[in-house]
Amino acid sequence: MISLAGRDILHAWGKFVFTGIGLGLLIGVTLSMAGIYRGMVDDAQVMLDNTGADLWVVQQDTQGPYAESSSLYDDLYRSLLDMPGVEYAANVTYLIMQVGHDGHDVSSMVVGITAGEPGTPGQPRHLVAGRHITRSHYEAVADISSGFQLGERIRIRRNLYTVVGLSRRTVSYNGDPMVFIPLKDAQEAQFLKDNDALIQQRRRNAENPAFNRPGIPDLLAAVNASQSTNAYVNAILVKLKPGTFPEDVAEAIRRWKRLQVYTRTQMESILMDKVIDKSARQIALFLVILSIVSAAIVAFIIYTLTLGKIREIAVLKLIGTKNRTIAAMIMQQSLALGIIGFVVGKITATFWVPIFPKYVLLMPLDSVAGFFAVLLICALASVIAIRMALKVDPAEAIGG
Amino acid sequence: MKRLPLQKRTLALLAVVIPLFALFVYVGLRSGPLAPVTVTVDTVEVKSITPALFGIGTVEARYTYKIGPTVAGRVQRLEVQVGDRVQAGQVLGEMEPVDLDDRVRSQASAYKHAEAALREAKARQVHAQTQAQRYEQLLAVRSTSEEIVAIKRQELQIANAALSAAHEDVTRAQSDQEALVAQRSNLRLIAPVDGLVSSRDVDPGTTVVAGQTVVEVIDPKSLWLNVRFDQIRATGLAAGLPAHIVLRSRNGQALAGRVLRVEPKADAITEEMLAKVNFETQPEPLPPVGELAEVTVDLPALPTAPVISNAAIHREHDQVGVWQVRDGDLHFTPIKSGASDLAGYVQIREGLKDGDQVVVYSDKALTTHSRIDVVERMPGLAR
Repeated sequence: MISLAGRDILHAWGKFVFTGIGLGLLIGVTLSMAGIYRGMVDDAQVMLDNTGADLWVVQQDTQGPYAESSSLYDDLYRSLLDMPGVEYAANVTYLIMQVGHDGHDVSSMVVGITAGEPGTPGQPRHLVAGRHITRSHYEAVADISSGFQLGERIRIRRNLYTVVGLSRRTVSYNGDPMVFIPLKDAQEAQFLKDNDALIQQRRRNAENPAFNRPGIPDLLAAVNASQSTNAYVNAILVKLKPGTFPEDVAEAIRRWKRLQVYTRTQMESILMDKVIDKSARQIALFLVILSIVSAAIVAFIIYTLTLGKIREIAVLKLIGTKNRTIAAMIMQQSLALGIIGFVVGKITATFWVPIFPKYVLLMPLDSVAGFFAVLLICALASVIAIRMALKVDPAEAIGG
Repeated sequence: MKRLPLQKRTLALLAVVIPLFALFVYVGLRSGPLAPVTVTVDTVEVKSITPALFGIGTVEARYTYKIGPTVAGRVQRLEVQVGDRVQAGQVLGEMEPVDLDDRVRSQASAYKHAEAALREAKARQVHAQTQAQRYEQLLAVRSTSEEIVAIKRQELQIANAALSAAHEDVTRAQSDQEALVAQRSNLRLIAPVDGLVSSRDVDPGTTVVAGQTVVEVIDPKSLWLNVRFDQIRATGLAAGLPAHIVLRSRNGQALAGRVLRVEPKADAITEEMLAKVNFETQPEPLPPVGELAEVTVDLPALPTAPVISNAAIHREHDQVGVWQVRDGDLHFTPIKSGASDLAGYVQIREGLKDGDQVVVYSDKALTTHSRIDVVERMPGLAR
């Protein structure tokens, strides 16, 4: 038995394939949009993964360090080290800032990390070039998406840092590249005002009679010195001993150290529900609209294709072809169009994904779901065309 | 003959569809989460490394002299400016004496008055002495009464006492005068050593409290660096080690130095060790006190051992180790690391041997189930 659909496709295969490719580009956009949503969620996940932490200890009554600002004394980690179940605790600071490079600024998240052997919480987990930081000042490991090269000097506040290593997928929750620098430098960068502000601050102190007292000549210097130090960090990353329940240790720290503690699950839900919630929902809504539009367009294409061969269908009817055969032909064509469209869409999406400025993650499961959604939409769309085809009066074949 | 056009069309269709599907399969397997992780591997080498320590410090003067008055007063004159070289003993300035000069003159008069009183007392004593002798002789020939002689003796004793009182008065007046002169000269601000004026905190006319610094003099030959080393990276810091000093204002120019001493007290708050580093030769021009400097201290070269880059070391669960490639499969090998140098090379004490292949760079975090694609150089890097 010959395939009616196959015959028809072969009859005008160029038109059919090009329609499929056009449809494919549309599906590619939809898949990319799903990828953008997944990428956004993955950026948040990967930021948490990269810290290597089991617990985040932050300022009491805050949801820091990502959703809110939080500051803790930098020697608090010592008292956490002797809590039962804690294997390692490391200070960390986060600062979103513009890093000067080659005459322009790169929006980055500067992360201050504690020195220690590789694998200390907070440090980048794997590099793609260079090495980890070995000096306790003025060295940086940057994410490759920042565009920095090994050996380049970048400016953070007033100091120049040498890029000694490059990492990949170390980004903040909104996709900015991270730049890792030693903790002490980061504390300074976070706190240090520009030179003009410092001088104005000193002048203000000098003009304040409470600080500049003739009888106590050293008081002014002492006040100035005390105003230019920073002993704060944003969070303490805690790594637990194997076999410890995170919630047990978290509860002990909350109770006895009176600090806020988040476990990995809690941190994730803070990021998802509070930090990226709106933009993720925005993308998700757009994805839904795009899917509906794609479905409508597929329906129109199938409808127009059928409309184009209305005379042939009338002839088929005239020679006594069964309705089922005609319906199957239209349905098969529609599904074939869907398959070509999906294949083209998947390929194009994969090829244009790397040029997106932010991370786009195409999940295999999304693709599988997308494939079945495309087939379903094509099948539904063909129903309208089939209805029309069946209503055709065989007389049209002769009447014209 | 009739089938040929159909065959042609079928072939054309297949020519489009088959590459499309092949591309689809390739894309599905080579990108996204299913794609293999690109890694580079490196061979463990046995070699010697030279660890070094890195710290930052500020230029400080070993000897700083803060010169100011010992009593409260007003600065009368100040003859030196910042940057002047001064000699030991040179007068830098003077405090206002207020009434001290008048008091010195008054004391000089008092001294002269005491001297005059001494002369008077001497004259009285000589006269009393003569009188006493004369009456002794008269008594010997019985020409006077014993009572009168007794009176004369007493007058002599009184005159003697008055003389010694006058002597003491002169000494007192002299000492008082010397004290005032000393106080007067104490108002001068004098350089204790040869040095350089590093600050001039007040100007003439300013009232200062006792002990307040008016002029600061440093000994430029005694410039050294107060360097801070993170305690976690200060293993092996000791006196006598050679150091390279890069001043912030002279970037790219390394000056030779040497660790003079490691402070017995570390900074407990900042978790840093402190050390003093000397310049081997005084840099010219002298760096300003307070300038920031980066100091690299060279430690002795270590005996040879297996060495890898620190980028290869990872922490999995509670173990530190490296990913090794054996027969195309990934294995996590726990290691014990030893000393490391500033170029990022780490000595391996346990776990690896010469010639082992370890993963250095990877596109993603690795797991034992990761499929890997070993390349010479990570893609996406410049050059």
